[in-house]
Amino acid sequence: MDFSFSDEQVLLRDTIRKYLAAEYDSVARKRIVASSEGYSRETWKQFAQLGFLAAPFAEEYGGIGGGAIETMIIMEEYGRRLVVEPFIETVVLAGGLLRDLGFEDQRRAFLPRIIDGSDVWALAWAETQGRHDLHDVALRAERDGDGHRLNGCKQVVVGAPWADRLIVSARTAGERRDRRGISLFIVDKSQSGVDCRSYATVDGRRAADIAFDSVAVGPEGRIGLEGDGLAGLERAVDHAIAALCAEAVGAMDELNRTTRDYARLRKQFGVPVAKFQVLQHRMVDMFIAYEQALSMTYLATLRLTDEVRERAKAVSSAKVQVGEAAKFIGQQAVQIHGGMGMSDELEVGRYFKRLTAINVQFGTPDHHLGRYLQVA
Amino acid sequence: MRSPGVSVRPIITIDGVHEVNDVFLDDVRVPLENRIGEENRGWDYAKFLLGHERTSMAGTARSRRRLEQLKLIAANEVSSGCPLIEDDAFARQVARIEIELTALEITELRALSAASRGEQSGAQASLFKIKSTEIQQHLTELALEAVGNYALVNRPTLGHGNNHSLPGPEYSHLVTEDYLNTRKKSIYGGSNEIQRNIIARTILDL
Repeated sequence: MDFSFSDEQVLLRDTIRKYLAAEYDSVARKRIVASSEGYSRETWKQFAQLGFLAAPFAEEYGGIGGGAIETMIIMEEYGRRLVVEPFIETVVLAGGLLRDLGFEDQRRAFLPRIIDGSDVWALAWAETQGRHDLHDVALRAERDGDGHRLNGCKQVVVGAPWADRLIVSARTAGERRDRRGISLFIVDKSQSGVDCRSYATVDGRRAADIAFDSVAVGPEGRIGLEGDGLAGLERAVDHAIAALCAEAVGAMDELNRTTRDYARLRKQFGVPVAKFQVLQHRMVDMFIAYEQALSMTYLATLRLTDEVRERAKAVSSAKVQVGEAAKFIGQQAVQIHGGMGMSDELEVGRYFKRLTAINVQFGTPDHHLGRYLQVA
Repeated sequence: MRSPGVSVRPIITIDGVHEVNDVFLDDVRVPLENRIGEENRGWDYAKFLLGHERTSMAGTARSRRRLEQLKLIAANEVSSGCPLIEDDAFARQVARIEIELTALEITELRALSAASRGEQSGAQASLFKIKSTEIQQHLTELALEAVGNYALVNRPTLGHGNNHSLPGPEYSHLVTEDYLNTRKKSIYGGSNEIQRNIIARTILDL
């Protein structure tokens, strides 16, 4: 297996790293998170100008013709800086669904506006009773002329308060947990009948519970074939999980580094706490957990284009491996920082909270252990 | 606290709550009658108090309550179309922590029984501190996992006195905050690493 990056990929990573070091330090991020909108449109536009939002799209739509590896490189750097802007929601999920399932006129209408930073999207898939199951869909889309009307609720839609448009999974046929009969629709968030209840998330982002009351969607608003949306949705979410794993890996690397630096500085009983063997071994285990997580992130990213079972197996493996590492590293980083680790004044807590949230998004490690057993 | 020279700076913790502070003492005059016990024996007194603090931290009754709350959450949450409590993998984790908690309760009762016979339990306080904080942390982890996507909600920013409009079921409202806050338990009162050193030195004579 070849794990080396091309010159272009190295350049992409260096560009992001340099940009974020200059423009997205912890002070800048705190200001963005505390702002009334909670993310920065200006930063988003700069991501567009630097070509980050174009990474996984074909050149004919304004993209740079990259793929999952480019996404991984971007997300790892975003993870290092805890970037809150909705790259996964807009580029990986909505962009990926439009690219892979969309009709040509949908691609032409929406992909350039994603790439140039004009539009932000969110994917409304989660329902309380469905937990982490993408196919558990109660929200109904009934035929209405040549279009549909949507009725139901979606919960904890990450990024929805920022989004201009939503992609909504809805049931057009079958029972609540049937794998067939799920369709995907584009909904303008300002459309009548869309009621968005927004709130902050523990990792400094925004999410919303959304009620859909007889929301009309024309035939041009359906993505892919009617009743056949699940396979594409699962693929897009697998891409998002691989991207989340890359983000977690970046965050874990930072957390391990800052924890080591702190332990070398902080003295107890007259010596740096890094001299205590129990903490040395702990930090060695954190290092090993990171390395194992990085490996599985690579594997998942490389398997995204494989057939569905291989893809699902690798992605769920990564979610388990990365998730366990994220929990261990996050908890131990706080522990080794001692009382200071509990303080909101240090960055360690923010990394811990982002890693905690990543473990919930698109399924806990336990959920993916179950999925692994089903497909392996 | 009103003496001249005492100043307090609030510290917000990672769960967004204000429960600890920096306290600065700048030339604070303390009258002799305020000194507790003899001069230069403060550490001995503190160790005596810390022993009781650690024992009280065991909080097994609170862990029992948390366990019942966890079961309530798991009975109401749905996983793969069934109540979460019927999910074998999850139910086993709940059972395992319940057994661990029962073991701690019996260990405590053994210590109480020894104490009532006038026997010193000594560094047992360290054992209670380690085991009970680990159990409490584990219980909050399971609760966080149990509430599913609503674990993402940040409660403190939602405004005070506005609890009726929080998203998600009521049992989910404190879960994430509780998980974050409970990380302190293996740090304060002498970190769990220090407690292990104490047991190694005073019980095992290593």
